[in-house]
Amino acid sequence: MSAAVTVPVWPVEGWELVAGLEVHTELSTATKLFCGCRNAFGDVPNTNTCPVCLGLPGSLPVLNAEAVELAARVGVALGSDVRRSLFHRKNYFYPDMPKNYQVSQYDEPICVGGSLELPDGVRIGIVRAHLEEDTGKTTHVGGDGRIHGASHSLVDYNRAGVPLLEIVSEPDLRSAEQARAYVAELRAILVAVGASDGRMEEGSLRVDANVSVRRVGDATLGTRCEVKNLNSLRSLGRAVEHEAARQVAVLLAGGTVAQETRHWREDEGRTVAMRSKEEAFDYRYFPEPDLVPVAPDAALLERARAAVPMLPAARRARLFGLLSRGGDQDPARAGAPGAQVAAVVASDLDQLVAGAVERGAEPALALARVANEAAAEPDAARRLDVEAFAHLCRMEAAGELSATQAKTVLGVLLAEGGDPAEIAAARGLAALPAGAVEEFVRSVAAAHPEEWGRWLAGEEKVAGFLVGRVMRESGGRADGKAVRAVLDAARSRA
Amino acid sequence: MADERAGTSGAVGPGGTDGGTGAAGLHAGAVGIAQAVRRGELRAQDVLEEHLAVVEAREPALHCFLALDVERARASAAALDEAVARGEAVGALAGVPVVLKDNLCVPGLPATCGSRILEGWVPPYEATVAARLRKAGALLVGKTNLDEFAMGSSTEHSAFGATANPHDPERVPGGSSGGSAAAVAAGMAPIGLGSDTGGSIRQPAALCGVVGVKPTYGLVSRYGLIAFASSLDQIGPLTATVADAALALEVIAGADPADSTCLDRPAPVLGPVLGRGVEGLRVGVVGDLVEGADREVAAAVAAAADRLAGAGAKVDEVAIPACRYGLPAYYLLAPAEASSNLARYDGVRYGLRVEGEDVAAMNAATRAAGFGREVRRRIMLGTFALSAGYYDAYYGQAQRVRTLMIQAFADAYQRFDVLLGATTPGVAFHQGEKLADPLSMYLSDVFTVPSNLTGQPALSVPFGTGESGLPVGVQVLAPALGEEVLFQVGSSLEAMAPRGGADGAAGQGTGQEAGGAAGQGTGGR
Amino acid sequence: MEPRISRDQVAHVAKLARLALAEDELDVLAGELAAVLDYAADVAALDTAAVPPTAHPLPLANVLRADEVRPSLDPAVVLAMAPDAAEGRFRVPRILGGA
Repeated sequence: MSAAVTVPVWPVEGWELVAGLEVHTELSTATKLFCGCRNAFGDVPNTNTCPVCLGLPGSLPVLNAEAVELAARVGVALGSDVRRSLFHRKNYFYPDMPKNYQVSQYDEPICVGGSLELPDGVRIGIVRAHLEEDTGKTTHVGGDGRIHGASHSLVDYNRAGVPLLEIVSEPDLRSAEQARAYVAELRAILVAVGASDGRMEEGSLRVDANVSVRRVGDATLGTRCEVKNLNSLRSLGRAVEHEAARQVAVLLAGGTVAQETRHWREDEGRTVAMRSKEEAFDYRYFPEPDLVPVAPDAALLERARAAVPMLPAARRARLFGLLSRGGDQDPARAGAPGAQVAAVVASDLDQLVAGAVERGAEPALALARVANEAAAEPDAARRLDVEAFAHLCRMEAAGELSATQAKTVLGVLLAEGGDPAEIAAARGLAALPAGAVEEFVRSVAAAHPEEWGRWLAGEEKVAGFLVGRVMRESGGRADGKAVRAVLDAARSRA
Repeated sequence: MADERAGTSGAVGPGGTDGGTGAAGLHAGAVGIAQAVRRGELRAQDVLEEHLAVVEAREPALHCFLALDVERARASAAALDEAVARGEAVGALAGVPVVLKDNLCVPGLPATCGSRILEGWVPPYEATVAARLRKAGALLVGKTNLDEFAMGSSTEHSAFGATANPHDPERVPGGSSGGSAAAVAAGMAPIGLGSDTGGSIRQPAALCGVVGVKPTYGLVSRYGLIAFASSLDQIGPLTATVADAALALEVIAGADPADSTCLDRPAPVLGPVLGRGVEGLRVGVVGDLVEGADREVAAAVAAAADRLAGAGAKVDEVAIPACRYGLPAYYLLAPAEASSNLARYDGVRYGLRVEGEDVAAMNAATRAAGFGREVRRRIMLGTFALSAGYYDAYYGQAQRVRTLMIQAFADAYQRFDVLLGATTPGVAFHQGEKLADPLSMYLSDVFTVPSNLTGQPALSVPFGTGESGLPVGVQVLAPALGEEVLFQVGSSLEAMAPRGGADGAAGQGTGQEAGGAAGQGTGGR
Repeated sequence: MEPRISRDQVAHVAKLARLALAEDELDVLAGELAAVLDYAADVAALDTAAVPPTAHPLPLANVLRADEVRPSLDPAVVLAMAPDAAEGRFRVPRILGGA
């Protein structure tokens, strides 16, 4: 049915995308969820296995305390209710699952509710987060390496029993960008609290997307499809948009969207329905009789709170607070400052900005220098002496250095460290006095009379040319803003 | 046949070895053997050889074992004797031959669970109970027969052939721990371990005329017990005497970090309660745990109640009508858990594989070929009970009934220290008698399942023989963690059990001498 | 009386349970399962609305182990158990039912 429909490109006018994400994160424990085997990526196959994680007859699981600690930390970080939880068995046959059931929290998960704030200030609701065991890894042999057409498969149980925390969002996401931003933000939180190494490429973070579409203005949700195999933020964005577009095409063709699980094929850029097994949806959940409930006590919650550092959203809020200091206007979270704040926090450089501001740097300037220049070399930037950087910002703000000169000094600071004033002096960097700038402007006007005439006649776009000439003539010593001020003054006099 | 029975009846060893080199070995029970070995009065090697001789003589007719571990047992016995000679301290079960039901894991020995699906699988790890027995100086003689995956009440559902009842080879030893029960009854070892999910220790103990104990759920680690129904399974001893059962339980019980459901408390100390008497104890005779039993069984329970009253116990009748829901609830819960526990036998990692076109076909062919009929039946039943649309009516409802039963027994324990009932509805039945009708086989468990559902401990102690001349057991139930009072009453019943008497030869040998309560009597007759 | 489980249901359950049962066994099982379910009918009919379920006889909670690495099994031992193994892994026939 849907095969005959031409899939449009997202966005489609008049339609809205609705997505909720299920993020599976491997917890950074030393051992697996129910046994003492190493939780490690990339080891020789089947070397991290024991009677428990192989599901050998007679073996029994014992819950890893650290997995509970980490889950509680994530719960605290997301503002969830961390509560008494129970493991169930999810029964289905698959060779990567040694017991042919997965031990997973079902209707009594450890974390319930909460939310996460995206850099642009939008809050995404969290439904729940629950602990479960990972499966082993299956390699398909023959065919093209896909499960389809393979002659046989090989199973490695090193990953079987690795602790996973599955974090389920509300269907609050409305675009591919938001979906990516959500995962990036969640990843930052998981890394910040020490729950995960966040390595998507190693499968530490795996994302399934529940996607539906509806006409703009509709209040009810459309039928959703679950899209699996999203191994990168890029895949996630592409898959969400493609799936939304596919569903719109189906609906426009008069069809209905079937609730199903679909597989993202990165190379083909499309989702395909997974062949449904007849019994696929009867998991026969029942309480895992080999385990007892987990009831977080006050001490656990206290430890979790203490272990949660300042999170990205709060760090961004702090920077926005610095930016708006003195003014009563909340700076726009979208747009240039918002992007700079997000970038600075994402590269873990917000402390540099805040420290510089404390030492007298102008907030917007410090933010811009860190976001635009220092963030390009995050490792060096994190080693930067805060006082030196603040001093540099003060010099620039005072007009002692032009922007270009300040960037040059910052480059030296990042590479070698030192005192900005000494660096500037040693390299002969000093902003030109006002009279000198006017000299250069007169000289450029004389050399380019035609452009100068157009400028005086009111042509805005020629300003860039003129400023550039002045900068060149002055060897970068002229400050761009100062040059522009002289140009404006000349025109207003003309 | 009469000779046969005379030679094998009862928990005491065959008379043929009387007067042999180490007569004390066979007749002192585990308590006496361990004491004598510790003191250097008896060599573990002699004890072992005597029991091996019984194995050799009786095993062909009884088929108690799925595997023997003679060489390692001999090596252990020799090492133990050397240790004693050097004056080293040895354990509480020094030199005591033991047998383990073949659903317990021991490295180097196959663990089959009586199933083709596990044929040839050798566990690379040791069950906690096996390790504790070994460390206590016990000598593992072998692994005993059972109904496949412990599902059955006759040991006929073993893929490797049935076990015969030592009292009458035409009859079943009960099950599922029939191999251990028969081995102990035949004198092959003083202690056998079994597992009890719905009566699988107590029922064969009753049918074979030995003592069988299902401890409080969580008292004994299940690590290394191949699961049938995890929330019901519990390991316990089958022994010739109550004192031996107490000793065995003291050794195997206690906290184990490898089993999340094992209680964090030390093993009970039971020696002091043995022979303490029942003066002033409140004993409730549960009509619902006798109703429907054969006349000879009901008579034994009544006699037991009378004698307890005569010994000073306050005996009264008590009704626990919720018992009637026990068996149906059990036959929903246990298969449901089993259907999940047995999903791992799929031909991928160990055991049998029957090839198939694709992995699902391979799984399905392997499981159909590897599981016997009864196991397939229960997997089907349990899968259905958990399936969408039926969970609430069957599995969910059975869990609620479980709550009702716990409440009903808690109420009864407000008024009574222990409860008394029958262990089984009848004495040992004939081989094949109940095979054709699963439900009639399931009814064998009707008096034993309540304590599995509630988690409370219970024991079956031989109490004479019925009109048929076959052993009859009575069951004592106690509140959770009430092992002390359970054994106190059990040892009294053992001491007051009828022996000899009107039923002639068939009546001999059930229970020890009165002094057997202390487990130190030597010379059984 | 309507049987409590139909033959079709039995066939479906066999699929769920991954058991390749012969046709005649499905027939027999339909009767046997129905008999057990009949026997359980009293339980199914009980009014237990006010009764909470008991999943486990023990009122335990928070049984945890420290996050400390314990030795794993020797992979040679692990793979020696396998009916089929290749390249250090368990080998199985092709898997259908995925994408």
